[in-house]
Amino acid sequence: MTTHVLGDTAVLTNRSLRHILRSPDTIITTAVTPIALMLLFTYVFGGAINTGSGESYVNYMLPGILLITIASGVAYTAYRLFLDLQGGIFERFQSMPIARSSVLWAHVLTSLTANLVSVAIVIAVALIMGFRTGASVAAWLAVAGILILFTLALTWIAVIAGLSAKSVDGASAFSYPLIFLPFISSAFVPTDSMPGPVAWFAENQPVTSIVDTLRALFAQEPVGNDVWIALAWLVGILIVAYAVSIAIYRRKIS
Amino acid sequence: MTTQPAIRVQGIEKSFKDVHVLRGVDFDVTSGSIFALLGSNGAGKTTLVRILSTLLKADAGAASVQGFDVAGKPGDVRESISLTGQFAAVDEVLTGWENLVLVAKLRHLNNPAAIADDLLARFSLTDAGNRRASTYSGGMRRRLDIAMSLIGNPPIIFLDEPTTGLDPQARIEVWQTVKELAKGGTTVLLTTQYLDEAEQLADRIAILHKGTIIQNGTLTELKQLLPPAKVEYIEKQPSLEDVFLALVGDTRETDTGETGTGGINAAQNDRTVSARKETR
Repeated sequence: MTTHVLGDTAVLTNRSLRHILRSPDTIITTAVTPIALMLLFTYVFGGAINTGSGESYVNYMLPGILLITIASGVAYTAYRLFLDLQGGIFERFQSMPIARSSVLWAHVLTSLTANLVSVAIVIAVALIMGFRTGASVAAWLAVAGILILFTLALTWIAVIAGLSAKSVDGASAFSYPLIFLPFISSAFVPTDSMPGPVAWFAENQPVTSIVDTLRALFAQEPVGNDVWIALAWLVGILIVAYAVSIAIYRRKIS
Repeated sequence: MTTQPAIRVQGIEKSFKDVHVLRGVDFDVTSGSIFALLGSNGAGKTTLVRILSTLLKADAGAASVQGFDVAGKPGDVRESISLTGQFAAVDEVLTGWENLVLVAKLRHLNNPAAIADDLLARFSLTDAGNRRASTYSGGMRRRLDIAMSLIGNPPIIFLDEPTTGLDPQARIEVWQTVKELAKGGTTVLLTTQYLDEAEQLADRIAILHKGTIIQNGTLTELKQLLPPAKVEYIEKQPSLEDVFLALVGDTRETDTGETGTGGINAAQNDRTVSARKETR
């Protein structure tokens, strides 16, 4: 049975990608809010924000905007998983001789694909707005790697929400705090402009290290310790969220 | 031909918190027969089907499907069965054809496209094959659902309340499908709360009540448990139609003349007596 894991996952991923193709609004909605934020911060607030660095404000905040894009995009994964559970198709899959983990992996891979497309759209708009980077191919690959890791970590959190939600609203509510986190980080303003306790929180929450790493990669500066802190957070969240998801899933299907 | 039953259920018990849903259920289903599990809402029919289709674990007792223990060899059980749940488990975003191809691929069959075409034709869904399942009527959705269950020709099919919520026409279509399946040698276990459905379809009927099987037999056997049919005379009030016809002077005989009196007489006598057989 386990020999079919890859094949079954591919078939089921194809199914949920088709769902996205038939409702492309989910990708567009995911991209619209971050783009609106980007416009707002660049052309309304940006002039009043002193980042203390010489670079343009679009360059400064793009990493945070990309994280917000992903944080709002994973909500759809929880939503789709919840609908599968509600609709009976989940039980059909469970009663068939297919690799059981494929059902979850298909949703995770679909989330990854959809979020990367949304991220690409946001980057394209940022380029139009004047975002510039001289990042090398290696730096771009590192950026992609961190964003993929971030998407996977958040998607497994979305799987927890999708599996344990009692209503459609509950399935996507988990993403609001995630979308909000970048605001209390170094994503939009330097943390040293914040009052003591807030600055302490901002300095020590995962988003700051991830944002600082991405910013350094785009600016071709040394990433320093930030990259390791960021990776530790991402891998840690990923492992915990994955383990919790699988535990809930096991309980659900046993 | 195997001598062992296709499905064997022995002393199955299941509780959800304090609610004792199944309190020791026993029955066998002969290979190639249609077995109806009859019971009111909440009798535990769906719980039993979920246990047999490996979606739920029993608290006590044993059950085997096609000789495989449902708890010990769930993988082999899933190879032998197909479940059509209470709510049509179709993917509404996909078309009918894509739904069938999806299941064929997940069952690792060759040529999923041909299988899908064939089943669409068999279930009169060819014209609707390229439409999304969300546009289907209740009956079409149910047919697609059952078609998806047939992919890979599983020897045993579970149908959990296959006609609940369907209109009479769609019900008859589903019944037709079930009969054809059994003719082809598939073992069918169906649950229903409709007595006539069990009467129409089943070779054997088991009545599940308050978590146990209180009766299990063929339709004839079950009927013999009851007092014989008797003839009763029941007063019948004239209908508005009788009154109307009497008043306008239509002399056409009403009803079937069981009472020996004509419509006008019946209406004039204010009441008529009609005989009708009633079984209790």
